[in-house]
Amino acid sequence: MPQGPLFLARAVYRRRRLRDAARLLPVFGLLLLLLPAFGEQSGNLAHTAIYLFAVWALLILAACLLAPALSRSEAEGDPETDQGPQDMGDS
Amino acid sequence: MAGRVLLIEDEPNIAEAIRFILSREGCEVLVESDGAKALDRVAEARPDLVILDLMLPGMSGLEILGALRADSETRELKILMLTAKGQGRDREAAERAGVSAFMAKPFANAEMRAQVRALLEG
Amino acid sequence: MPFNLLVLICLVYVIFLFLVAFVVESRAARGRLGFLRSPVIYTLSLSIYCTAWTFYGAVGYAARSGLEFLTIYLGPTLVFVGWWLVLRKLVRIGRQQRVTSIADLISSRFGKSNLLGVVVTLIAVIAATPYIALQLQSITLSFSVFARNTPEAWLVPGHADIALWVAGGLAVFTILFGTRNLDAKEQHHGIVTAIAVEAVVKLVALLAVGSFVVWGLAGGIGPMIDHIGTAEVPGWTFQSDRWVGLIALSAAAVISLPRMFQVMVVENIDESHLARASWAFPLYLFAMSLFILPIAVIGLERMPEGTNPDMLVLTLPLAEGQGALAMLAFLGGFSSATSMVIVETIALATMISNNLVMPLWLRLRPAAALSGDLRGGVLLTRRLAIAGVLALGFLYYRISGGSAALAAIGLIAFAGMAQFLPAMLGGIFWRGGTKIGALAGLVTGSAIWAYTLFLPSFGVDAVIPAQVFSEGLFGLGWLRPRALFGTEGMDPLVHSVFWSLSLNVIAFTLGSVLTFPDPVERIQGVAFVNAFDREAQAERLGWSHGQAEPEALLSLAQRILGEEALTFFEAQARAQGKEGFLPDLTPEFLAEAERKLAGSVGAATAHAMISQLFGRATVTVEDLMAVANETAQIMEYSAKLEAKQLELTRTARQLREVNDKLTQLSVQKDAFLSQISHELRTPMTSIRAFSEILTEGDLPPGMVADSGRIIHSEAVRLTRLLDDLLDLSVLESGTVQLNLELAHLGRMLDRAVQAASQTRPERSFEIRRDEMAEELHLMTDADRLVQVFINLISNARKYCDADPGLLRIVVRQKAGRVTVDFIDNGKGIPKEAQRLIFEKFARMTDQMRAGGAGLGLAIVREIMVNLGGTISYLPGQKGAAFRVTLPLRLEKPAAKSARAAAL
Repeated sequence: MPQGPLFLARAVYRRRRLRDAARLLPVFGLLLLLLPAFGEQSGNLAHTAIYLFAVWALLILAACLLAPALSRSEAEGDPETDQGPQDMGDS
Repeated sequence: MAGRVLLIEDEPNIAEAIRFILSREGCEVLVESDGAKALDRVAEARPDLVILDLMLPGMSGLEILGALRADSETRELKILMLTAKGQGRDREAAERAGVSAFMAKPFANAEMRAQVRALLEG
Repeated sequence: MPFNLLVLICLVYVIFLFLVAFVVESRAARGRLGFLRSPVIYTLSLSIYCTAWTFYGAVGYAARSGLEFLTIYLGPTLVFVGWWLVLRKLVRIGRQQRVTSIADLISSRFGKSNLLGVVVTLIAVIAATPYIALQLQSITLSFSVFARNTPEAWLVPGHADIALWVAGGLAVFTILFGTRNLDAKEQHHGIVTAIAVEAVVKLVALLAVGSFVVWGLAGGIGPMIDHIGTAEVPGWTFQSDRWVGLIALSAAAVISLPRMFQVMVVENIDESHLARASWAFPLYLFAMSLFILPIAVIGLERMPEGTNPDMLVLTLPLAEGQGALAMLAFLGGFSSATSMVIVETIALATMISNNLVMPLWLRLRPAAALSGDLRGGVLLTRRLAIAGVLALGFLYYRISGGSAALAAIGLIAFAGMAQFLPAMLGGIFWRGGTKIGALAGLVTGSAIWAYTLFLPSFGVDAVIPAQVFSEGLFGLGWLRPRALFGTEGMDPLVHSVFWSLSLNVIAFTLGSVLTFPDPVERIQGVAFVNAFDREAQAERLGWSHGQAEPEALLSLAQRILGEEALTFFEAQARAQGKEGFLPDLTPEFLAEAERKLAGSVGAATAHAMISQLFGRATVTVEDLMAVANETAQIMEYSAKLEAKQLELTRTARQLREVNDKLTQLSVQKDAFLSQISHELRTPMTSIRAFSEILTEGDLPPGMVADSGRIIHSEAVRLTRLLDDLLDLSVLESGTVQLNLELAHLGRMLDRAVQAASQTRPERSFEIRRDEMAEELHLMTDADRLVQVFINLISNARKYCDADPGLLRIVVRQKAGRVTVDFIDNGKGIPKEAQRLIFEKFARMTDQMRAGGAGLGLAIVREIMVNLGGTISYLPGQKGAAFRVTLPLRLEKPAAKSARAAAL
């Protein structure tokens, strides 16, 4: 039955990519938030503020979309060794 | 049938009946109703036979029996024990204490006569 | 607004919070948390991150430094958005290891080291002190803002007094709710819910003020953006170093602040709540931050020079005449400050009691560990710790003069708490971290923090002399507090954070690499780092490091289990394929042995015992508290057992008594049958003998008549005996039919005296009565009562040996009961016989028998029981004396119940 294992593996694969995204989100967010510090220093304060709040809102939205899926994946009990991102393969 | 019989019995009617029955047979019948006085009466009357009721005021029949058997004078005395209780226990106790014969109340007069004759002649 | 009214509103608000906490606590106690277990409450409780510093200080911060205030919220946002990386593991470990505080976490990770716990606790208390002072300062400032606008300003107490009152009030509230009970998991549902309520209040307040500013004062969003764009403030230049440093610092702080750890990890009741909070908490921070800059910009534009920017949230609405809005803002600030102080002090008090005081106390008095009074000690310690922490905060406020900007004070605390981060993260992600490393990192980092940031915060010359500032410690230029290693020109905060954290990490890493962890540390390290690895967890629960000999375990087990231990050990050895009684100390066997012991002495004690045997871990306070709890439970259990035992003894005694009674009854029954036999056979003997005499014939004159008379009288005697027996059996069975009627006592006695006069009619016998007393009507069975009286009077006539005989009948009435005494002037009944006279066939002597079979008094007693009364012999009356007692009014069921009672 090639279909069964393939389907399962795909679910596991999805879960792992989801977790990768969860791990990368704060790194990505940090980079975006640090941008003003390395950019032009004399810019319009209001524009900087709007930029920061926009990034902030984006992060919240992303987390909001990721959280339920992550939470579910954990509940489904995919034991994780926590040795960093690991690929079990997708076959 | 001759002989002196001491009847120790507290029920006056029963004593009267036995006295009448045995007197007609030629016995000399003495009656004592008080257990406490029974031993004195035995020593005084020196009967050939004692008919002893088990339940007596003052001193019970078994006590009197024991006292009589303990005394060398009366060790061989013929003693007929009467009881109205009719329980096996009493008969055994009386036999252990050395009674010569045992009769339960009520009795047939003929039985009484035969028993007394046997004791007096035996 | 009058100052008194302000105080009143605060009080009402506090009482409201108190009620919330109380209701929740009592629901929690009944196990009915319901919606209180929702992720919403969890998220809202996390908002204690936003203290008065956020509420007041952020606007001041923005007014002074522009956008920099955002760093304080962006750091936590990154941490929560990235919950999958760190927070999830922290919460999981916290739940797995039943961590009670951050000090507990670090000490537990590094081999349950007491020393580490003490160090973390001390750092936390020192670092929290300025933070608590900040809250006191902001409340004090907000009070004085309102007070300034009151005409009766002279009534307002001084700043220090307000701060003192606030500190005292908060101490009382926290003690009342934070230390009401001692939960093994250190969870406080009531407080958490109260804080969630406060979270809503402060958010609503800040949003309200912000909306008023944007739409009410600036004229909408567009104009507001223009205002911000055109605002020119000197301090608003974007400082890159601070921007990066502060995001990192706040990210570190949100993990390592004791109060955040408390609500995030310790109070967490469901791991899934964290997933929801991962975006909901940043959203809360977002909402809190949204209007900070507008309020600051408009405040700077509108308020006069020299206005304290920290109080703009209050002063702006007040200046615009929005009293109610200002009041709401005031409550928001009050909420922010109080919630922070409450949770922070609870967290610190837990640390102080669990990691500082109790280990010390147990070391000084090891015997106390096994006595039950541990709980009281822990609670008292916590109460004192709460008061102490608040006192320290108050002192800092007084000494620092309460003049610094709120944000500056807050950042000092952040930098102090951040020192925990290397040990924490290193502990949960790196198995190589050791106790020495953690200790080195913590001590180094916090020392540098204290030297470069905390102590200088008291001011030049306050703690550190000005000379040291300019020339360095011991005159060494590279040890200047503001320019370590010659790093001049750095922002003091960034300077301190940079050096303290860098050296902290270096010390931690070096210390860990250079030292070797002991077995306990290694086990704990694996447990923490592999928190998500189920197999590792399972292994951790067993005992894998056998250092003790099997004999030692066997002797321990024998002391507890007795012979059973040998059987158990033999079975285990056989299961391992070994002969004899000593199995190999495999983890499975040890776990089984612990379970076996736990069955006898409780899990905690068993664990502690095996721990001691294997030297695996020192016994923690939690272990000992669990022991104390179990001891209490065992004591309760044995008290119950004892009660059971007592009950059993009682039942056994009752059984024995019943048995005795039955035996006695059986003996009595035999005696009774024997008596009946005797009583029947005696008259039968006479009857039979005389009837035979009659049939034999040939009788002397008169003998026939005599015989007939004797037969007749004995037959009568037999009949009477049978009548009495029948009567007695009916009376005793309680089935007797009573004819209740109202009867006159005097007339009943008349009948009895009349009837009894036929007994020994020849005697001269006087009966003395009191006719007045006999004027009584009784509800009773008159015939039965008369029967009793006849019996008693006849007895007196028969047995009273005085001449002339005298019988006194004395009637008394008392409380619905009548007593009738029959007292004659004879010798009376001997003492030893008094007990027996009411028994069947109890006759004193046969001389006393006058035709009766000895059933008279037995029948009398049964009649009295049926009449709901009693009959008793009255001793000490010179003659024989009987007392009849009976109710004035007999109710029908009395007979049966009286009988039941009599038996």
